[in-house]
Amino acid sequence: MSQAIEQPRIVKIRENVLKKNDILARELRKRFQEQQVYVVNIVSSPGSGKTTLLTEVLARLSQKFNVAALVGDLATENDAHRLEQSGAKVKQITTGTVCHLEAQMIEDSIKNWDLNQLDFLFIENVGNLVCPSSYDLGENLRVVLFSTTEGEDKPEKYPTIVNSADIAILTKIDLLEAVDFNKESFYQSIYQSRPNMKVFEVSAKKDIGINQWMDFLIEEKMKAFKKMEV
Amino acid sequence: MHELSIAYSLVQLAVETAEQNHLKKVEALRLKLGVFSGVVKEALEFSFDIATEGTIIEGARLIIDEIPLKIYCPQCEKEYVLKKPVPVKCPKCSIGTDQILEGKEIELYELVGG
Repeated sequence: MSQAIEQPRIVKIRENVLKKNDILARELRKRFQEQQVYVVNIVSSPGSGKTTLLTEVLARLSQKFNVAALVGDLATENDAHRLEQSGAKVKQITTGTVCHLEAQMIEDSIKNWDLNQLDFLFIENVGNLVCPSSYDLGENLRVVLFSTTEGEDKPEKYPTIVNSADIAILTKIDLLEAVDFNKESFYQSIYQSRPNMKVFEVSAKKDIGINQWMDFLIEEKMKAFKKMEV
Repeated sequence: MHELSIAYSLVQLAVETAEQNHLKKVEALRLKLGVFSGVVKEALEFSFDIATEGTIIEGARLIIDEIPLKIYCPQCEKEYVLKKPVPVKCPKCSIGTDQILEGKEIELYELVGG
């Protein structure tokens, strides 16, 4: 019945679709900054060793600092139980079917926490190399993990997440020879999407490179907040 | 696949904007999607129809403009649009750069309606 007599109207907007997440992430970042909590968001595919590395780092860092971790998984609290062995404060975020963590989930999880008591907060994202790249969680540092067992060209297959991360960690470096891993091609593959990216080579099982990464985190925390009592 | 979450955020934003601008019906939405946004165009298009059900956006067309990567080369001191997203390096002098000016956006920039 209705004839289109009126011309269709064009409304110009310029809004980020993830605006709500970004605003919330900005608020979180401000709170973390004020309370001097250094926040690390760890992303990787499933099975690349996030939990193993984190258990080790939490145990060592908690000798000097107040450390906590949030761990995202689709289901089960297994990772949280593994991380709790380190003695750090750990909370599981079970996302159900959601393949990434969002700023809202972080805010809900730390609602009753006294951030003032914290020095470091580690966020173990859901094992996924695609979706977490779009969501800012208010972190200071985004770390992408790859393991030697995944093959050299993994970074090349997921350029977006590599580009969105600040540093990379190559895990299971002790298996380098066993899986015939070509380090040079790996670095080339990383640099394709993030030239000169800083990469740490670690093995949580054989205690390789863990302290170097921890020293880096402590240094970055000091830089981020200028003054800190060690 | 997080495109369904993105689609719901997009629809929510579009509905709010349409209401603020007193649009009764939305015919089309224009979205800028960067090649480094982490969003798959086809998956978003598929999710969009599901997310619009029962809203004033239902039946609207989603027009996606794919935004290539635009970088700043510190050596040439110039901006370049890259034909392919990787490698992220200057097409002229081949130097790698992490200065990305465009190509990460998921941005709703226009509603067409009446």
